[in-house]
This record gives sequence, structure tokens and C-alpha cells, in this order.
Amino acid sequence: MSALGKVSRFAGASIGGGPSFIATAVGGSMTMSEDRNRLSDALAMFAMAAVAAAGLTIVFETVEPAMMFHGALFALGAVLFIVFMMSYKGTRDAGSDFTDGPIRLAVVASIFWGIAGFLVGDILAWQLAMPALNFDLPWISFGRLRPLHTSAVIFAFGGNVLLATSFYVVQRTCHARLAGRWAPWFVVWGYNLFICIAGTGYLLGITQGKEYAEPEWYADLWLTIVWVTYLLVFLGTLWKRKEPHIYVANWFYLAFIVTVAMLHLVNNAAVPVSFVGSKSYIVYSGVQDAMTQWWYGHNAVGFFLTAGFLGIMYYFIPKRIERPVYSYRLSIVHFWTLIFLYIWAGPHHLHYTALPDWAQTLGMTFSIMLWMPSWGGMINGLMSLAGAWDKLRTDPVVRLLVVSVAFYGMSTFEGPMMSIKAVNSLSHYTDWGIGHVHSGSLGWVAMVSFGAIYCLVPWLWNRRGLYSLKLVEWHFWTATIGILLYITAMWVSGITQGLMWRAYDKLGFLQYSFIETVEAMKPYYVIRAIGGLLFITGALIMAYNVWRTIRGDEIRDLADQPRVAAAPALRLQPAE
Amino acid sequence: MTYEKVAAISQVLSLMMFIAMFAGVVAFALWPSNGKRFEDAQRSALDLDLETREKAGRS
Repeated sequence: MSALGKVSRFAGASIGGGPSFIATAVGGSMTMSEDRNRLSDALAMFAMAAVAAAGLTIVFETVEPAMMFHGALFALGAVLFIVFMMSYKGTRDAGSDFTDGPIRLAVVASIFWGIAGFLVGDILAWQLAMPALNFDLPWISFGRLRPLHTSAVIFAFGGNVLLATSFYVVQRTCHARLAGRWAPWFVVWGYNLFICIAGTGYLLGITQGKEYAEPEWYADLWLTIVWVTYLLVFLGTLWKRKEPHIYVANWFYLAFIVTVAMLHLVNNAAVPVSFVGSKSYIVYSGVQDAMTQWWYGHNAVGFFLTAGFLGIMYYFIPKRIERPVYSYRLSIVHFWTLIFLYIWAGPHHLHYTALPDWAQTLGMTFSIMLWMPSWGGMINGLMSLAGAWDKLRTDPVVRLLVVSVAFYGMSTFEGPMMSIKAVNSLSHYTDWGIGHVHSGSLGWVAMVSFGAIYCLVPWLWNRRGLYSLKLVEWHFWTATIGILLYITAMWVSGITQGLMWRAYDKLGFLQYSFIETVEAMKPYYVIRAIGGLLFITGALIMAYNVWRTIRGDEIRDLADQPRVAAAPALRLQPAE
Repeated sequence: MTYEKVAAISQVLSLMMFIAMFAGVVAFALWPSNGKRFEDAQRSALDLDLETREKAGRS
């Protein structure tokens, strides 16, 4: 504790969140800041000790080996955080106006989880093409690896990108330091502990069987604590902003945080069988459960994978091209219409089920209305380049960001189209759905994330640019070709599947047995797996480039990089 | 008051409420005097101009 309590004049201003600002406000008095820092240290220690105690209680009380492992993970995580707090000096952020440490951690975590998630996805793709590749091992069977893949890419990769960018953007556009001393660190660290608990749980067979909401009750409770802290850090930073206007990217991030909290709490309402056991029962049943699940599921797409990433679009595109967004007015209409419409679209996942017909039609109608905000947003993103289209040719980071917006437009055209009942009767349950999801997640979410990561790394580690812009070029093309192989294969495969399923012969019998439709998919599954391999290759190139940039190696093509590639303090002034 | 009646009234009222909210958002976004305000706010939040950066004391 003494190491933590000892606050030097300089470190006090750098590692403290709120406290240092307050100290400045009251005329540079360090005592108040020191007291507040001591208090937050003590509270953080106490909270972590409580987490460790809860984890150990599970270890000693449970009869399930998997639960014992998770109890130990909680305890280990808490102890590691205590060790981290004791040893943290905060030297990197010294002299800076912002708290960037947790953001660096989230950037590195996102790249790690991204590669892990893409890899598991591609293993699954090869397993579908060649089922023998699961080697008859339960832990790597399709049913367990599939939620590992979806959670790793959406929540681990996407989630860490959102944490990193939202913390970066809110500080820069509010001109204020992140609220809280340990809270931002806790959010990133606690979120990644949640990922570890969830992911290992799937492999050990722990799941509540809800798509994209597989983690069991104790992991859900932990995520709730982390998420509420995240909300408070974000709101606290907005609260003490020095910029009177709240920039539109922050609106999107805030909508994402608030809505995900609401979705998570409602969809995961469950009663555990035992407080030291993994199994729980969801409080809803039948069609109500299905509707709640897809209200959650579709808004995970709308608010986690769309609203949050639109926050990235609205900050990183204008910053990278050094121009304002095409129309700030359109961005306001974009925000409110997107938020109001998305929340109703969920029922389109339950066409031709026990869900009442009017609810299905409602979901379809709102999905079609979503065309307007989606395309409004896409046009706003793309047209921001008006007068600077040459950057698309000269800067592959801009190209990643802009092509991601094009994919956003394409997949948000495809989605409403697939929500139309007549189209859905052909597309639902087929590979077309898988293709659609991946044009959105690989083309939009991952590409805009890559663009943001390439911007962030030199800015956060104070470098004059990326290690190599040429490698970004390589990443862009391998990823783009990979995505195109993936989605075209799934279009053909999905429509073939849908048509074969509904084909009748002259006597009214089904023309094909199910296994015949599976056989017909094989070539497309191989093409898809190759596309996935290309996509991972691109991500590995990025990891190498980022690693060399962080290490501070000599930049290979500094002359080719735009001035904004450099960290703000190292930028040359514009010539004009 | 039957269920059908309550449902019909609430559906019409909520539809009108949504239309009013949408009209409100559009009016706010397109209000002529707001245009310059948005433009300035945006450039300032994004640190886009040299003058804005210098005014705020940032390099």
C-alpha cells in the first residue's frame, strides 16, 4: 500500500484520473489529490480482495471440476490485478493530458483475440468441409468451437476494439482525461477476464444455450459489474468535458454501452441451480424466450457491431483524412433514426415460427425502414472523402476505413432484403445467412477495426508512423480477397441449399434427401475455408506490423506515410 | 373498454409520437441557425483547424 500511496508531484498528475484535475482546480493542492488517490487505491484493493474471496469460495465449495477452474480463474485474476496496482508507476502517461494505458492494453488484447477468433473460425470452416478434422474429440467438436469462434470475434476482438477506441475518442473529443483512477484499467482487465471465463467454459461444455449469450449466470454477473463500470467511466468523462458539444461519435458509443447493458440484463435473467454450480435456468420459456433472445441477438448486431463501430467511423475517417464529416446534420438524423429503428428489427429472425404473424411483419417492416439510416450513414462516411479521393489510392489505412463503410452499405442492403418474408423463406437456415453475417463482420466491423488499430498504434505509442505502410497494403488485399471468396462462396452455397430444400418432384415428394444437399456444399466450403485462411494471413501481417511499430523499429517507408500517421506531438504542420 | 380498443388507441398514439419525435430530430438537425454551430462544434471536437488547436492551447 505504501508504494501506492506515495504520489510524487509528477506521477500524481499522470496516473490519477479525476483526482489530478480536481487538484489543479483547487489551486495545485496535492493533499486533496493524495487523499483521494489513497482512498481509490484502498477501495480498489478491497474490491479485488472480495473478488478473490468469492473465487476461492467457489473453488472450495463446488463439486464441478469446471466450476472449480473458473473459481480459481476469478481468484487469479483478482490477485494479478492487485499485483498490477502495487507495481504500477504510470510513467508512460507522464506529462500527457490523457489516460492511455488501458487503451494500449485493449489494442494489444484485440489483436490477440482477433487472431485467435479468426483461427478458430477457419478451423471450423475446414471441419465443415472435412468433418474428420474434429478428430472425435469433444472439446474441439463443432458445437463447442462455434460459440468460441463467435464470442472471440464479436466480444473479444470487437469488444476490445470498442473499449480502446471509445476510451480514446471520448478523451480526445471532450478534451478531458478518463474518469476514474483504476476504473478504466478495471474495465479492460475485467472484460478480458470475462472473455477467458466464457471461452474456457464453452470448451468445457458450460453454456446456457442462447446464441451470442452463451456464458452462464456467474460470468453474466461479472460482465454486468464490468459493464456498469464502463458506463460510469464513459459518463464521468462526458460529465467533465471541456468541449461544450458532445461529438456524434460519443453518442453512438453511449447508445452502444447503454443498450448492451439493457439487452444483457433482460436476455440473461436466469435462476442458478446452486450458487457454486454452473447451471441456471432462464426465466422465459417458449416463444417468449425466443422473442427475447432475438430481440437481444439482433440488437447485439445493431448496437454492439453497428452503433459502436459507427462511433469509430465518425472519428477515425475525419481524423485520418483531416476533413470534417460530409454532413454533421445527416449524422444527427443518422444517429436518432438508427437508434429508434434497430430495436424493433429482432422478430425477422423468427419468420414462419410460433411467433405471432403481426410480430413477424413488424420486425420485417422495421428492418426495411433501416435501409434509410444505414444508407444515410454510409453516404455520410463515404462522401467525407469528397475532394480527397486520392487518399484512397495513396493511404491503405484510409482504404481500409472506406472499404469497410462500403461493406457496411452492402450488408445493410442485404439484411433488410433477407428480412422480407418471401426472401427469408429461401434464405433462412441456409449458408446465405452465414455469408451475410460475414460480409458485415469481416467487411465492415473487422476492416474498420483494422483501420482504427493502424491509426491508434503510432498515436498511442508515440511513433512517427507505422513500421511499414506497404504491409498495410498487403493486409488490405489479402483480407479483401479473403472476404470476397468467403461471401461469394456462401451466396452460391446458400441459394443452392435453399433451392434444393424446397424442390419437389412431379409426385409432390422432396426431390433431394438432406445428405444430398450437404454433399453439394462441399466445394463452396473449401473455397470459404481458403478465404478465411487469407483473412487470417492478413491479420498476422497486421500483428507483425504492429509489433514492429510498438518496438520502435526504424520505419521502412516514412516518406509515403501521411502526416497524420504520426503521433500528434510528432506531426509536421500542414503546408497549406 | 375492450382489449381491441385499448390496442388500437395505443398503437395510433405511439405511431403519432414516433412521427413527432422524428419530426423533432429532423427540425433540430436542419434548423438553419444550427448549421454553423454544428460545423464549429465538430471542427473543435476533432481538433481539425490549426486555429482551434492553438486556441485550446494544444499543439
